[in-house]
Amino acid sequence: MTQPISSGSDWSFELIEEYDREIARIAADFGLDTYPNQIEVISAEQMMDAYSSVGMPVGYHHWSFGKQFMATQKGYRRGQMGLAYEIVINSNPCIAYLMEENTMMMQALVIAHASYGHNSFFKNNYLFRSWTDASSIIDYLMFARNYVAECEERYGVEEVEAILDSCHALMNQGVDRYKRPAPISAEEERRRQKEREEYRQEQVNDLWRTIPDMGGDDDPESQKRRFPAEPQENLLYFIEKNAPLLETWQRELVRIVRKIAQYFYPQRQTQVMNEGWASFWHYTIVHRMYEEGLVDDGFMLEFLQNHTAVIYQPPFDSPYYSGLNPYTLGFNIYMDLKRMCENPTEEDQAWFPDIAGSDWQQTLDFAMRNFKDESFILQYLSPKVIRDLKLFAIADEEGDDAYEIKAIHDDRGYRRVREKLARQYNLSYKDPNIQVWNVNTRGDRSLLLRHTRVDGIPMADDDTQEVLRHVHRLWGFDVVLESVDNGEVKERYRMPPEGGSHNNAA
Amino acid sequence: MGMSHVVDRRLNGKNKSAVNRNRFLRRYRKHIKKAVSEAVHNRSITDMEQGEQVSIPSEDIHEPVFHHGAGGNREMVHPGNKEFVTGDRLPKPDGGSGGGSGEGQASDQGEGMDEFVFQITQEEFLDFLFDDLELPFLVRKKLKSADSYQYVHAGFTTDGTPAKLNVVRSLRKAYARRISLAGKRKRRIRELEDRIAALEAQPDSEDPAFSKERQIEDFQAELDELRRQVKRIPWIDEIDLRYRQHRREPKPSTSAVMFCLMDVSGSMTQVHKDIAKRFFILLYLFLQKNYKRIEVVFIRHHTAAKEVDEEEFFYSRETGGTIVSSALKLMHRIIEERYPSDDWNIYAAQASDGDNWNDDSPICRRLLEEKILPMVQYYSYVEITPHEHQALWEEYETVQANFPDRFAMQQLSDASEIYPVFRKLFEPKTA
Repeated sequence: MTQPISSGSDWSFELIEEYDREIARIAADFGLDTYPNQIEVISAEQMMDAYSSVGMPVGYHHWSFGKQFMATQKGYRRGQMGLAYEIVINSNPCIAYLMEENTMMMQALVIAHASYGHNSFFKNNYLFRSWTDASSIIDYLMFARNYVAECEERYGVEEVEAILDSCHALMNQGVDRYKRPAPISAEEERRRQKEREEYRQEQVNDLWRTIPDMGGDDDPESQKRRFPAEPQENLLYFIEKNAPLLETWQRELVRIVRKIAQYFYPQRQTQVMNEGWASFWHYTIVHRMYEEGLVDDGFMLEFLQNHTAVIYQPPFDSPYYSGLNPYTLGFNIYMDLKRMCENPTEEDQAWFPDIAGSDWQQTLDFAMRNFKDESFILQYLSPKVIRDLKLFAIADEEGDDAYEIKAIHDDRGYRRVREKLARQYNLSYKDPNIQVWNVNTRGDRSLLLRHTRVDGIPMADDDTQEVLRHVHRLWGFDVVLESVDNGEVKERYRMPPEGGSHNNAA
Repeated sequence: MGMSHVVDRRLNGKNKSAVNRNRFLRRYRKHIKKAVSEAVHNRSITDMEQGEQVSIPSEDIHEPVFHHGAGGNREMVHPGNKEFVTGDRLPKPDGGSGGGSGEGQASDQGEGMDEFVFQITQEEFLDFLFDDLELPFLVRKKLKSADSYQYVHAGFTTDGTPAKLNVVRSLRKAYARRISLAGKRKRRIRELEDRIAALEAQPDSEDPAFSKERQIEDFQAELDELRRQVKRIPWIDEIDLRYRQHRREPKPSTSAVMFCLMDVSGSMTQVHKDIAKRFFILLYLFLQKNYKRIEVVFIRHHTAAKEVDEEEFFYSRETGGTIVSSALKLMHRIIEERYPSDDWNIYAAQASDGDNWNDDSPICRRLLEEKILPMVQYYSYVEITPHEHQALWEEYETVQANFPDRFAMQQLSDASEIYPVFRKLFEPKTA
């Protein structure tokens, strides 16, 4: 039998390398395809830094990151909160941070989880493949940081901060959901940025030319022509290209926030899948290490304790409950997929004929590559997982004075639970569906946004008004948001509020 | 599969968030200033050594995004069902309107009561305080910087730079170590030497097994081994080394006493007193930089003067008239009794709204010019009033003309006008 790599909780760089070597070998054995890894050992302070720049290894400066940092610091110092074990960056090479306070076991767990689990997910899941470019992100973030700093120097910190505040408010509406942007490198970005500076302003001016067109503009058809011709969902993109009064550098800032939103978009859509995948692999790889005698009983005991804590799901009536734990849900689904492959039951044969008894590595690999949370749950949430987690669906209908249990973990309920849970992870259900509806190009230049209600769910009043203030700052003219249910306008928000002045240009 | 690259990043980029933190402090300057101002109100003037906890309503630092509100129809999935079966109906807590088990509820509301609480450092605290007082940059630097420190001896440590090596102590340690390691062996060596000498003196034995030669040989072998061992004991080893340790301590001249004089007659409001408090704090901070030991004497007065503690000084109110000279007389007596000016550097700061009995003001001038000013380093007076000056101010103007080096005065309507009074103090001293 092999000797364990180490015993006791102390780590060293040599040991990290040795564990990594073994983990890499086992991961390759299981067919995990990864970017090269860069494993960085950092202090707790540095981990808090990494935290507060929302996982960007290089971030531009902004007060909101300072706020995040101070909140993290306070929580950590008071011991209310442990720091996450790891932060991992979707980049090539894939950067993972290990905290120096961790024990050797934790370092190994994090390496398996982040450097092989998340890493292979980043490299192979279709959303990441089509929306992000791991090889250029660090360069792009560098470009963004420098550009923001340059603007601050030229136009003042407050000016820049105001634009960034407004862009941050629209970050969730700054994503192309259907088109795929071509990834470009930072150098290319800098070159293009110069070009854009020259041409973009011209194009905007073209749209807003104020001299009336002499040739037959009384044509009622052209009066009615809408702009944009089709409603647009990417508010930041629309603003970047069309806001009448923004300066070139301001447009570039809008673009930077939009690009970063786009980069993080796949992570928002694959939380369950991604965390589940990484947890499945740290679990599987460490068990293999134990079987091979590479880790001892003490290591395993500590490992299981941590793993159990990571995938703990408090029940809905627990004071600790704050929604479904994505680690638990994802881990359970992948584990159950493996079980169905290896030991299928009659139920599995009936529900998942293609999966029951198939090769588990291939089945999991396919599941990881081709889905996002919504479709993943819809495809793979099995009756067994629904039973294990005791999932139930509860309806809250307007005008009804009671909640109603619509489905539980029984034959009648499986499909409904699965369908409702999948929908919960649909971002366009989670985030309000807001589109650029029309711009009054000939009159007061006001911008009309439309919120399309799903299931009659309205906007939250306070924040909507606040966000419109930001849209107004960027657009420079009146902004109206109509909340529409079945074609009928239910609510109308204005900025400036009703009776306010027009052309309140920035 | 590429090889992993393991990097130690612990030493670079420690304070990456410092800039973002400063941005935050900058943005919420107003809130922080308010907190600092409240802290000044609540703290003793000698207690400026710590930072402060600041809280800001969450609402004010909230970053809005578009999100759903309450209402509409939702169906959510939760874990951990115990006894629910399909079709169960559970009354809504508030009778059915709005509410909802929907997600995002928690973050929906502005959450009025929530506070974002954080800590600012002492340096930041002073920064905000000085900002309030509009202190020039150089002065702030002087009050905060640690340039007036000296190193004092503070025992010995086991590591340090060669320059700090203490030879005597290190050798003493080495000697002790050599004794403890070699002592037993040396004793045995002496014993063996004696035996060999004794054997050599004896006649040889008959029995070849006990021959003198063989015995000496055996002893000699042991002796050689022991000598080798003793020789291997290093004469001085790393663990013997002792270094001098130094600690940084403020380098003050000696002792100072600070007199705080304040009019507490009815016309002095709490606002006046708070301005006065800042004025006293500033003097205290200055003294702290320059003196090892500072005592503070609080004298308050209306028609009569009294030495009091700080709490009573700032926060109790009196009514009635004003006789400033009563305070000056008391101060003079206290100096004579407790603070001989050979041993003490005496500073005084007086705050008043300018009210005084007209007949008393010339007395004040004489007291200052003849008795007090000859004994003190610096006397500063602030008059906190938006009104016309009265007799006291005019008399003091004469004092200032006669003692321009050690008497300063200023009229204040808010704290930011304090600095001119101290200008003299912060001027670089030319010998």
